[in-house]
Amino acid sequence: MRDLFIEIWESIRRNKVRTCLTGLAVAWGIFMLIVLLGAGNGLLNAFMGDSDDFATNTMNVFPGVTSKPYDGLKQGRRIRMTEQDMEMLRQPAFADHVDKVSTQATQGGYAMTYGRRYFRNIVLTGCMPDVEKVDRIQMHAGRFINERDMKSRRKVAVITHLHAKNFLSGSTDYDRLLGKRIKVGNLSFVIVGIRHGAENEDDRAVYIPYSTYKHLFSLGNRIDELNISFHDLETEAEAQAFEDEIRASLNAAHRVAPDDKRAFWIWNRFTQSIQMEKGRSLLITALWIIGLFTLVSGIVGVSNIMLITVKERTHEFGIRKALGARPGNILKLIVTESVLITAFFGYIGMLLGMIACKVLDLTVGQSKVELFGESFKMLENPTVGLSTAVGATVVLIIAGTVAGIFPAMKAAKVKPIEALRAE
Amino acid sequence: MLIELKGVHKTYDNGQPLHVLKGIDLEIEKGEFVSIMGASGSGKSTLLNILGILDNYDEGEYHLAGKLIKNLSERESATYRNEMIGFVFQSFNLIGFKTAVENVELPLFYQGVSRHRRQEAAMAYLEKMGLTDWASHYPNEMSGGQKQRVAIARALITHPEIILADEPTGALDSKTSVEVMDLLTRLNREDGVTIIVVTHESGVANCADKIVHIKDGLIEKIEDNRQHHSSVFGADTIMK
Ligand SMILES: Nc1ncnc2c1ncn2[C@@H]1O[C@H](COP(=O)(O)OP(=O)(O)OP(=O)(O)O)[C@@H](O)[C@H]1O
Ligand SMILES: [Mg+2]
Repeated sequence: MRDLFIEIWESIRRNKVRTCLTGLAVAWGIFMLIVLLGAGNGLLNAFMGDSDDFATNTMNVFPGVTSKPYDGLKQGRRIRMTEQDMEMLRQPAFADHVDKVSTQATQGGYAMTYGRRYFRNIVLTGCMPDVEKVDRIQMHAGRFINERDMKSRRKVAVITHLHAKNFLSGSTDYDRLLGKRIKVGNLSFVIVGIRHGAENEDDRAVYIPYSTYKHLFSLGNRIDELNISFHDLETEAEAQAFEDEIRASLNAAHRVAPDDKRAFWIWNRFTQSIQMEKGRSLLITALWIIGLFTLVSGIVGVSNIMLITVKERTHEFGIRKALGARPGNILKLIVTESVLITAFFGYIGMLLGMIACKVLDLTVGQSKVELFGESFKMLENPTVGLSTAVGATVVLIIAGTVAGIFPAMKAAKVKPIEALRAE
Repeated sequence: MLIELKGVHKTYDNGQPLHVLKGIDLEIEKGEFVSIMGASGSGKSTLLNILGILDNYDEGEYHLAGKLIKNLSERESATYRNEMIGFVFQSFNLIGFKTAVENVELPLFYQGVSRHRRQEAAMAYLEKMGLTDWASHYPNEMSGGQKQRVAIARALITHPEIILADEPTGALDSKTSVEVMDLLTRLNREDGVTIIVVTHESGVANCADKIVHIKDGLIEKIEDNRQHHSSVFGADTIMK
């Protein structure tokens, strides 16, 4: 075996151009594949990364303005939702799909103080307990708003761990804050829980019970939005039908034309997530197709060069055969050489590809684009998993071997005298 | 009997068939020094290639050391070539990216001999050829005569019974031709190696004890040349 390697090393050493050409084809193939997959992953992560931060079986309804005259009412009427709408949706008629119906209200621009520490521009949100599940809120300490807070209109609050950290001068011993008082504006609340606040977004809302909020701000019967969680909806069509049903009921209750789609804005996270999932799988498929084509072109490159190599070396193989090389020796020589070259350069291509991904991450990955007034990252973590990278390299090595085997078999079969005659 | 040919026919068929060997009967004993002469295209190389199992024949029988050489697998013929036959070609057929010593080693590589032993043996034969100083040179750094001596060392390294040489002096000047033929003659005399040389040159043929004349794919005559008077230029000269 060692002899075989020395034999191959000699042939590689003395045929640098040929070796480098083969190597370039392989390294380039792997490099492109990894950069492509990495960039694709980055795109996926950037645009769809937070799609599973929320439960997808929810629907939010916001009031709009009628776009049609109906039942003696003029168009352009502003809709006002009330707690009656919540009650309506809680009726048994909707129980097939509706899980919970809740609402929340928000007001921004408050200062929050704890001792001498304070935050400006705090958003105060009055919410119901099920927000914890719907928005997949993670608690670091204490608890979220519960039913008893709601019932007794307690003046309790849930702040984010980012607030808490600041209050504790960097410490993460969040439990120490539980039961402590904070002031939001000129209102005083007792901290009952510390939730996780997303670091990169402006997620600084302080949650208080909806009942408390309603009382403090004298909302009365009016609500700003309807949050509906549902179950047993499997397909996009079912979800759409359910959405239509809700819209119809609301339209009827508010004396809006049945076909008026502007009176209520419905944000259906379920259909949205299905569509996102569709886009995602489309992008992934596209990536794989591009990747496979890259791989195939790498394989074609390798087999092409192997073909040329074998042709070029026919005379040499003739000499070897005259000296007693068996077909198996020739086959082994070519295939091993092919595998070694592909493996070595494939590895280099893989490393370079991963470095390129890292560079991409540090440059483009850090820049943001403005879109619809919000800033998005162009790429988020544009890398490929090590297993994918290694897998692709192994596939190319195997392919390189297979690509080498056919010309090698041909060379091994040629009669020695014919091989010797070749120039 | 080391080599025994009976009614050997060979036809090349590239588009239109060309009947090259038309029934060759030939016997060569162990230890003989035979040369094969004939006009260009008469089939000398074809015959030698069949003897060396580099090519196959269509009809007749070829026995090498008692074994019928017919329809052998590539593996078997490779083994026979490796163990029984050494080749010397007009164009040397050294591998360009290997040094002299690596070229000489190669037949032993296919016998699975260890690298160390291979190198030792190769160096010994290079020394015999007076090429010790050239061991680590590549073929393109050597003269024709030196290359041919490397090729002879390579042919000898497996201690073959037969050396087949197809115009071994064809690419050499007269002085080196004499050197190479002296070398082959000595191998035949001293080591008893059977040598078959194809040549155009009467001076080269004259080194042999037996001259086979081929004409149009048939053996015209077999000349006894133990007196070495065959050359028109006299014994021990090779005129170009
Ligand atoms: N592979 C081949 N395919 C077809 N014809 C061939 C092949 N090899 C040789 N021939 C033909 O067979 C005939 C004999 O060729 P061969 O090489 O045996 O001649 P030769 O006696 O060695 O001639 P020279 O002295 O020129 O070397 C020639 O006519 C040649 O053209
Ligand atoms: Mg010839």
